[in-house]
Amino acid sequence: MVERYKMINIAMQAANNNLALKLSSSKQSAKRFTKIESRDVNVYYGNKHALKHVNLSVYKNEVTALIGPSGCGKSTFLRCLNRMNDVIDICKVTGKITLDDYDIYNSSLDVVQLRARVGMVFQKPNPFPKSIYDNIAYGPRIHGIAYGKAELDEIVQNCLDRAGLWKEVSDRLEQPGTNLSGGQQQRLCIARAIAVNPEVILMDEPCSALDPIATARIEELIEELRENFTIIIVTHSMQQAARVSQRTAFFHLGELLEVGDTKTIFTNPINSCTQGYITGRFG
Amino acid sequence: MHTSIVVIGLIGFATIGYTIGRARAIMTVGGIVKDLHSIPSYYGYYTAIWIGVPSLVMLVIWLIVQPHVIDEVVMSDLPVSITQNLSTSEYSLLLNNIHNTANGSIFSRRNDPNIIAAAKQVNSLRQISFMLMASTVFCVGVSGLIFARNRISPVMRARNIVEKIINFILIISSLIAILTTLGIVVSLMFESVIFFTKIPLHEFLFGLNWSPQIAIHAEQVGASGAFGAVPLFAGTLLITFIAMLVAVPIGLMSAIYMAEYAKPRFRAFAKPMLEVLAGIPTVVYGFFAATTVAPAFRIAVQESVGLNTSSESALAAGVVMGIMIIPFVSSLSDDVIKAVPHSLRDGSYGLGATKSETIRLVVMPAALPGIVGALLLAVSRAIGETMIVVMAAGLTSNLTFNPFEAVTTVTVQIVTLLAGDQEFDSAKTLSAFALGMILFLITFALNLLALRVVRKYREHYE
Repeated sequence: MVERYKMINIAMQAANNNLALKLSSSKQSAKRFTKIESRDVNVYYGNKHALKHVNLSVYKNEVTALIGPSGCGKSTFLRCLNRMNDVIDICKVTGKITLDDYDIYNSSLDVVQLRARVGMVFQKPNPFPKSIYDNIAYGPRIHGIAYGKAELDEIVQNCLDRAGLWKEVSDRLEQPGTNLSGGQQQRLCIARAIAVNPEVILMDEPCSALDPIATARIEELIEELRENFTIIIVTHSMQQAARVSQRTAFFHLGELLEVGDTKTIFTNPINSCTQGYITGRFG
Repeated sequence: MHTSIVVIGLIGFATIGYTIGRARAIMTVGGIVKDLHSIPSYYGYYTAIWIGVPSLVMLVIWLIVQPHVIDEVVMSDLPVSITQNLSTSEYSLLLNNIHNTANGSIFSRRNDPNIIAAAKQVNSLRQISFMLMASTVFCVGVSGLIFARNRISPVMRARNIVEKIINFILIISSLIAILTTLGIVVSLMFESVIFFTKIPLHEFLFGLNWSPQIAIHAEQVGASGAFGAVPLFAGTLLITFIAMLVAVPIGLMSAIYMAEYAKPRFRAFAKPMLEVLAGIPTVVYGFFAATTVAPAFRIAVQESVGLNTSSESALAAGVVMGIMIIPFVSSLSDDVIKAVPHSLRDGSYGLGATKSETIRLVVMPAALPGIVGALLLAVSRAIGETMIVVMAAGLTSNLTFNPFEAVTTVTVQIVTLLAGDQEFDSAKTLSAFALGMILFLITFALNLLALRVVRKYREHYE
């Protein structure tokens, strides 16, 4: 099993290297691989029309930032992508969302497997009240990714290392994850998410509960993770969106008003509403 | 009954004092209320408190002291020939006679002129005392009113003073609860100590034979008296164990269903239904156990296993007690499970865990300390339960762990020892207090443990 795990990693890295080569050789005009595509997505909470006709493409190995004022539907959209809205009884989703061209709302799709492919990091760090080790090992254990202690140890170390946490916690893996600082907890949650080898990581305001130093650390981490994963991040901070993302989507009142390369959105937005928001005139 | 008139009068007086104080406060600032430190009603409360509290304290002291003084006076006025050479019990018997005569109830030695005279004296003294008390209390109230009225001024912080007094009243109330508990424990302890002077502690704690019959006549047979409490505690343990065996799985699983799976509409209907179980009087459970469950078990066991069982069995009592405890376990556990932060469930779902994996691996471990606390509370409930066991488990002590036999428990023995007329100096009666004492210690320890566990759990999230 660990072989498989390693191979996947190697394969992914190879793919990324290829991509990087392609990107560097063809610069801006490089072909982007569409990872997730949403077509005319509507979400209703009971009678409330929370998300209206959203069409958005998310490209592989890019960071896509979703911005917009509170209650604009960006978190709702994020939670559609791994069907976390399923746990809310009154929530109804229409339209089509594809992951690698496969409809994730298809009735034959296994939601549990979808969530293993599309991981999620939440606004408030939510480590399980278990040891640091068990927090990371949780996903691999339930998905049977690792057999035996040695393989699991390796996965745990690898994930903590990739989340930049290994040096800080390697001597206290048996301590509760809840004892870590806020920033460390959030990195633990990221490590926990990548331990199941997802293809996409959804981040719902991952830094809103953290101080600036921990935030900077997470942003660095996002930049590093982009090599291997496709990342979609919801954020309230314009600066953060500008710093970490390649593409930015602006939501307002449940509608996707504008989407484009981050540079364009922040320097030359088409929509006046977008301009108003990013320059701080409202929201 | 006279006293209640005084109390009602006091309340009326305090109400008048409220109006006076309020009016006085408004008057001191010439009607400009905003010049006062506090709003006028606080000055009213202040005055009312100064009227009510000291006179009430006076009243209580008077009521405590008065009977003793009257008794002393009456006894000293009796002819010396009657009062001299009386033992303590004879003395109190005589006093009782006098009181009964004074109250006009049935008494012995009806024709003793001395007692009739004493009774008349008691009655007249009571009359005088009442008049004195009423006037004294009233005087105290008036002085309180004058004192408070004189102190009212615009700068007086009536609001803060009232706040302090409320604080004080709250402290007194909680002290009463604590002192009552202490009093019960102490009285239990005293009687147990007397018991242990008659029966050695080790015999009580480790003796294997329980037969609390003390011979009243020397020639009485079969009443040697044996006070080994082990069979009783073994019986309690057995029945509690069976009860928990029923209540824990069913209670926990229904709690999980209620908290995690049930649709809100079902939950709104089912949770109150479950809690109705907790509202059924235990006597009802008792005859359900004795008339339905126990015979059914007996027949079932006889037909399936071929064992001869008595119609009263630990199993029947334990199972019914378990059913009684289910709402305890499920309701408390439901709250605990609900209290597990939703973010933890989201985290687990987000990693691709199924619902049951999430519950088993994340929610339950997180809720475990609280659930343990709930279970310990349920155990102490089961240990203290009496009615079901009296009816369904039997009265004879029996050191066995066979659930098909009749056993008896600590609480049942206490009931049988104290029900009916009993002499309070025999080891038989006193043993009830010793049993109660030990039982109290056990449930107390369990509750303490439960509280500690629950507190530890709270620190976990907040």
